[in-house]
Amino acid sequence: MSTPLLSIKGLTKTYPGVVANDDVSFDIGTNEVHALLGENGAGKSTLVKMIYGLVKPDSGTMTWNGQLFAPPEPKAARASGVAMVFQHFSLFDALSVAENVALGMENPPAMRDLARRIRRVSETYGLPLDPNRTVGDLSAGERQRVEIIRCLLQDPKLLIMDEPTSVLTPQEVEILFQTLNKLKAEGTSILYISHKLEEIRALCDHATILRLGKNVGECVPADTSARDMAELMVGDTLQTPTRTTEKAGAVVLDVSGLTLEPTNDYGTTLKNIHFTVRAGEILGIGGVAGNGQDELLSALSGESLTWPDSIKVNGQDVANLGPNARRGMGILAAPEERLGHAAAPDLSLTENALLTGAIREGLTNNGFVNWSKTTEFADTIIKEFDVRTPGNHVAARALSGGNLQKFVIGREVLQRPEVLVVNQPTWGVDAAAAASIRQALLDLAAGGAAIVVISQDLDELMEISDRFGALNEGRLSDLRPAAGLSIDEIGLMMGGAHGMEVAHVGDEEKEGASA
Amino acid sequence: MDLSAINPVLLIASLMVAATPLLLAAIGELVVERAGVLNLGVEGMMIIGAIAGFAISVETTSPMLGLVAAMLAGAVLSLLFAFLTQFALANQVASGLALTLFGLGLSALMGQSYVGIKPPAMAKLDIPVLSDIPVLGPILFSHDPVLYLGIALTGAVYWFLKKSRGGLILRAVGESHDAAHALGYNVIRVRILAIMFGGACAGLGGAYISLIRVPQWTEGMTAGIGWIALALVVFASWKPWRVLLGAYLFGGINVLQLNLQAAGIAIPVEYLAMSPYLITILVLVIMSADKSGAPASLGRTFHASQ
Repeated sequence: MSTPLLSIKGLTKTYPGVVANDDVSFDIGTNEVHALLGENGAGKSTLVKMIYGLVKPDSGTMTWNGQLFAPPEPKAARASGVAMVFQHFSLFDALSVAENVALGMENPPAMRDLARRIRRVSETYGLPLDPNRTVGDLSAGERQRVEIIRCLLQDPKLLIMDEPTSVLTPQEVEILFQTLNKLKAEGTSILYISHKLEEIRALCDHATILRLGKNVGECVPADTSARDMAELMVGDTLQTPTRTTEKAGAVVLDVSGLTLEPTNDYGTTLKNIHFTVRAGEILGIGGVAGNGQDELLSALSGESLTWPDSIKVNGQDVANLGPNARRGMGILAAPEERLGHAAAPDLSLTENALLTGAIREGLTNNGFVNWSKTTEFADTIIKEFDVRTPGNHVAARALSGGNLQKFVIGREVLQRPEVLVVNQPTWGVDAAAAASIRQALLDLAAGGAAIVVISQDLDELMEISDRFGALNEGRLSDLRPAAGLSIDEIGLMMGGAHGMEVAHVGDEEKEGASA
Repeated sequence: MDLSAINPVLLIASLMVAATPLLLAAIGELVVERAGVLNLGVEGMMIIGAIAGFAISVETTSPMLGLVAAMLAGAVLSLLFAFLTQFALANQVASGLALTLFGLGLSALMGQSYVGIKPPAMAKLDIPVLSDIPVLGPILFSHDPVLYLGIALTGAVYWFLKKSRGGLILRAVGESHDAAHALGYNVIRVRILAIMFGGACAGLGGAYISLIRVPQWTEGMTAGIGWIALALVVFASWKPWRVLLGAYLFGGINVLQLNLQAAGIAIPVEYLAMSPYLITILVLVIMSADKSGAPASLGRTFHASQ
């Protein structure tokens, strides 16, 4: 290998109070799929933003094909041949697919030509997409196709993908990998960011591992075990959660014929959902994001009221009770969105503890808040769940995502729920903290609570749940015992490949050669 | 009561005049809101435009210079709002309300020596031949140039938002400023330009009242047109042609109720005076039932993190 495509030397970027990247160096070769591994907060996103010109490094240099590379803005980076598929925040819901693609291009052709080119590229790479549809109506997988096609239309030399598989079914992941391999064969380098180790072992030629902003090691993923990579990422040995009980008790939560219209324009309608959860049992609900997870949580927590008798707890109809009445009965919930849904961003941890704990913990008295008891409750959560914070007076928004997540889950778990519903309990939490949250859920189940875990992390669901079902377009698949389910079966339960097909690039070349 | 005193041709011609200030202000605000900014200072920018246009055209005896000055004055005042909301990250609602109060006060101060003066008249654009056509001539072809500018502006804004790249970027910024920023668009610059355009339109709308429609200077003479413009943008579902329709409807009922008052109809004046507001809102509410929503980032403060 001669000159690398992109060579990074000593990049450093500090924000007030945090060193996001500390003297990071590595090379990306031509025709290479390079993995960037690390926990949330390890500095992967900042590093990628520097390559894409969104953030300027404090020191260090980048060279692109041997020449100094310091893009002042994304335009310059795109002109050099860098394209990026974002994890969040880069699509416009109210605009059409073609308009979204045009916004990511330097000199987009007229809309009609662009629509034709989108059709052609989407067929070539097996990513079917109608250019005239509104992006807000697309599924998560389809939205990702929009981003990928936006990049492909610019003939990138380096394609950056930020956690692309977190929203895909296993079958869709398979097809994405084939597309990426075709791209690699055509001479495109790929910088692949993820914390899913098996994927990286299957796809990547080389990996760089970041921890707390520092480059802590490089490896060839195919020759390294997932466990070794994980321990490099975390810098510690991993504890796998252990479960103690096997047998479940009487039916606690009984959901039958649950149907619910979404509360926002781009939500999903829940269609005729049935399931039961027994005491001591954990039901895992998987599925690609946006298939009714948020709606299911709001129906179970009482934020949305549903038809009588659609939700029963211990035989009593709760479908018409609001969240506080349900909390009184021991039905607790922790939603996915931490800031603004699970916790009020500008209130202190003590005040946030009060918000859901008031009823069950008896923190109010004749309409007056019992602050000493509330503070005590907040401190218990902080201590038991190892929430790293200067104190209980700190505003919720000041905590890192992982720490706030521990607080939010801990707040509900410590109220001794009879039914607990959690959505994405370990989203954005580092591996060690995720393991402790999962352990807490298992312990709670062992104590006889009925638990519903909604998550997009299949490994997590397989690890803790007794039975598994998947949401697909607002419908719940049949429930199966989680032990012994294969990835293929799970993928089919999640709705298969959603109409994706394998890239046709190679086939066309073969046809061209034979003609 | 003598309804025959109402001349339908004159009625239609004058409704277009009555609608123009509202149309200009609302079209400007529509662009601002499509960029994701809620500027409640329309009324203040209009009244500043009204006095600036009036004063300059009296001093220079040129109504054209007056109109240009009104647009400049509206844009300059809107820059104050832009500074507060885009750089100081102040709350848009509070800043907009402050802008209106500030504009009303400042205009009263500036206008003290202009009360009771008559401004130079604006020549009508009497298009030869066409304006002699009976009925259609007086309705369509014998107005002042600003009225035609208002209609042309509606078409231009429609084309800009729907067809041009600049319009696509503006809508993108209004939909999701985070995504637009991630793609490398300068959210603040787009928004400041939109705010200034809105200010210039509001200023022009104000000067249209003080120079052409009324024409004289009285304190607080915009009389809530700026607020109607804000409501009109919402009820028109952020669509330019619906804003035009709503403005003409409002102007039309306003002129009609004035004529009915003059004809001595047996309905209390207060009911007639509230009718334009009620009917316009009613019609636009029915039309906006198709659920085309507001720009998703409307009124949200953008702060480029990192």
